[in-house]
Amino acid sequence: MTRKTRKVTPGTESRTAQVLLITLALAFLAFFLMLPLIAVFSEALKQGIGPFLDAVANPDAFSAIRLTLIIAAISVPLNMVFGLAASWAITKFSFPGKNLLLTLIDLPFSVSPVVSGLIFVLLFGAQGLLGPWLSAHGVKIIFAVPGIILATVFITFPFVARELIPLMMEQGKEDEEAAVSLGANGWQTFWHVTLPNIRWGLLYGVLLCNARAMGEFGAVSVVSGHIRGETNTMPLHVEILYNEYDFVGAFAVASLLAALALVTLVLKTVLEWRFDLHSGARH
Amino acid sequence: MNAGILNRRLFLSMAAASALAVSLAGCSGGKSGNSVEITNVSYDPTRELYQAVNPAFAAYWKKKTGQDVTFRMSHGGSGKQSRAIIDGLEADVATLALAYDIDVISSKAKLLPADWQKALPDNSSPYTSTIVFLVRKGNPKGIRDWNDLVKPGVQVITPNPKTSGGARWNFLAAWAYGRKAGGSDAAAEAYVKRLFTQVPVLDSGARGATTTFVERGIGDVLLAWENEALLAEKKLGAGKFEIVVPSISILAEPPVAVVAANAKKHGTEAVSKAYLEYLYTPEAQVAIARNFYRPSDPKIAEQFASQFPKLNLTTIDKDFGGWTKAQKTYFDDGGVFDRIYTKK
Amino acid sequence: MPSMTTRKTTWRAPSVLPGFGLTFGFSLAWLSLIVLIPLSMLFIKSAGMGWQAFVDVGFSERALTAYRLSFGTALAAAFVNAVFGLLVAWVLVRYAFPGKRVISALVDLPFALPTAVAGIALTALYAPSGWVGQYLDPLGIKVAFTPIGITVALVFIGLPFVVRSVEPVLADLGKDVEEAAATLGAGRAQTFARVIFPAILPALFTGFALAFARGVGEYGSVIFISGNMPGKTEIAPLLIVTQLEQYNYDGATAIAMVMMLVSFAVLFTLNAVQSIRRRRLGA
Repeated sequence: MTRKTRKVTPGTESRTAQVLLITLALAFLAFFLMLPLIAVFSEALKQGIGPFLDAVANPDAFSAIRLTLIIAAISVPLNMVFGLAASWAITKFSFPGKNLLLTLIDLPFSVSPVVSGLIFVLLFGAQGLLGPWLSAHGVKIIFAVPGIILATVFITFPFVARELIPLMMEQGKEDEEAAVSLGANGWQTFWHVTLPNIRWGLLYGVLLCNARAMGEFGAVSVVSGHIRGETNTMPLHVEILYNEYDFVGAFAVASLLAALALVTLVLKTVLEWRFDLHSGARH
Repeated sequence: MNAGILNRRLFLSMAAASALAVSLAGCSGGKSGNSVEITNVSYDPTRELYQAVNPAFAAYWKKKTGQDVTFRMSHGGSGKQSRAIIDGLEADVATLALAYDIDVISSKAKLLPADWQKALPDNSSPYTSTIVFLVRKGNPKGIRDWNDLVKPGVQVITPNPKTSGGARWNFLAAWAYGRKAGGSDAAAEAYVKRLFTQVPVLDSGARGATTTFVERGIGDVLLAWENEALLAEKKLGAGKFEIVVPSISILAEPPVAVVAANAKKHGTEAVSKAYLEYLYTPEAQVAIARNFYRPSDPKIAEQFASQFPKLNLTTIDKDFGGWTKAQKTYFDDGGVFDRIYTKK
Repeated sequence: MPSMTTRKTTWRAPSVLPGFGLTFGFSLAWLSLIVLIPLSMLFIKSAGMGWQAFVDVGFSERALTAYRLSFGTALAAAFVNAVFGLLVAWVLVRYAFPGKRVISALVDLPFALPTAVAGIALTALYAPSGWVGQYLDPLGIKVAFTPIGITVALVFIGLPFVVRSVEPVLADLGKDVEEAAATLGAGRAQTFARVIFPAILPALFTGFALAFARGVGEYGSVIFISGNMPGKTEIAPLLIVTQLEQYNYDGATAIAMVMMLVSFAVLFTLNAVQSIRRRRLGA
């Protein structure tokens, strides 16, 4: 792990400057990140731990959690494979139209979540392009799980690729070229040379992708149909509870969602630590 | 190379998680054996109501036919729900906030006949409501009627009529007052325009507006559905709010309808029809009144007379020429609402 | 670049590395399936409405006001994030301080928290009666229900984009170069400006562009804090929803198209500027 092994090195700023910068960064984070988070947790625990647990243990909440995990487990690996392929093609080769391709990959970020849902409705909805055909064949996409997955994949599409491309660009392709000239084939090069180099970037990308996949609200809201216990993801369930004036329940499920993201990050830390033990020599 | 193997393991474990999950996806059907499933697509404030009505109907239907009924409930903003049905959400019954939202299901998707509103009594509205004022305890600003809303320093909370069905009722109720007080539509427009200058926030939905008023503590008066106001007064902040009934308001009729094409497809026509008819029975009417909607059954209404004061009510059909016309005149792009905000 | 001489004979520059066909083909296919085909629905739908109708909705006075607001606040938020995101990334990568891992985990929070929850929490904080708002209100500073509130929400939404784009590159940046610069007599500020900053600039650009693009389309968190006053705090995505409420899918796609094309142009320009810069550096 690069960050940890470089804890103390010469040539850094003076201690005063460090403290100043750290304070500034922490103040910013406190204002923009911590406060909202504290607000969520304090609302969730406003009436004590009992109502909090009730809200989380509710069967509708449970099915929302299950659905959210399924959606993330399907869409994240899909985007991970895409992200690896795209960044390999973009950073290891030069070809015309690369900027266009890069921008097209970013496109889902620039589309309003409302529209991201809408385009799938326009495509697969009953009044949409393919809707009548799908309906005649008994295939349900919109207002069912496949529609939610499609919208989630769309929303999280660029994450892994976007994380890897600047990193791989920075690293160049000399390592891979050396491996190939020494007789390694493509897969070997990828496994033994590229992957070790990019693994933290990849992990970041996957984690971000996962967090966003679990938390997406706008697009999923358009294609879900909001059927209780069936097509409600956690963010949608939060909205439902909030609209039922069950503020404690809403913030309880929301804080659970935040906690889920934190769990994945703990997982990341554990992984980092294990890899550090085994491959500490690399850097 | 140790690191290489570990990398591979990391990579594979991340990818493998999906394979497990795919098998977990469930499936659902309409009618099978001796049980039947109804999908009821409704708007936000009816949750508590249908939570009370559904088990009662299930028991009633089981006794009558021996069939088990289960319900799939979907709630959301009325317009959004209507669009979902048009776009293929297979609702057996639609129970929405205003007739216009069911009219469009008929006109755009042809899922039910154009004269759907004649299928059931009272314009297919087993429950009604109206627009009232919710003010803070003790009514510190002394709000008694519509003209008090435009006094200097009074802040009015209402959602955005462009995005909220409830807000459209608010707008039309205010219009009805302005027209009666000033004697013309021009006077009504002047009144409503003044009213909206007193509005600090336009939430996108009715429940958002209630939250702004109740939880955020913003504004002096909330224009709300009577059922929402009663709910807020009794459940959200007991003893913190008061309801003020204005001299004139509008009869809000949230209609219900069987979405004929979907019910036919699912083989749920009989049970869907019975379900909606059940809403008119004394049992259901009591549940309706308990959930703060005005029952359509005069006898039950009599029982709950203290909860629902009598007031002068205009109607959408008589005074505004029906929803299609009202929507076009007041709320569509370039309509009166836009004019109020663009002409400074 | 040596590849320039052979560009005429093949479409892409030759490389010893394998896998271009596979990765490029897969990327393109997946991109088309998930992003391009669904998005083309916007073109199809708005092409059907005719030019005049498109202009009437897409470039109405009201829409233009909303675009100005959405793009303006998104730009402001992206700038704030670029500055503070870089600072946070720097502090997280370079310095050791207690609680660092927790802080690092928190940065992803805006992705994990459903946008609606973020909006509600921020409104609760910044409303005149809120935790923060009650101190600002007497000073005459209004945050909630003004463009400042929208910017605050967008800063929250966009922060992880900058931090997570910059962090891996910063972590990967060898300290040897800096140390070399230091030995050659460069001051800390000089080293940063001449050595470090150019290296992380592409990643910073990426983060900025992504935060900006995301902010333009954001709906869920903004509607709670914006107040939605026509002509004043009415964001462009709200106009799309307004069109949908009127069952005017054409109108909704027209506004969506205008927004998407502007975002696309911004992202494309940024990508192009970066690649020109890179070519100049790489030569």
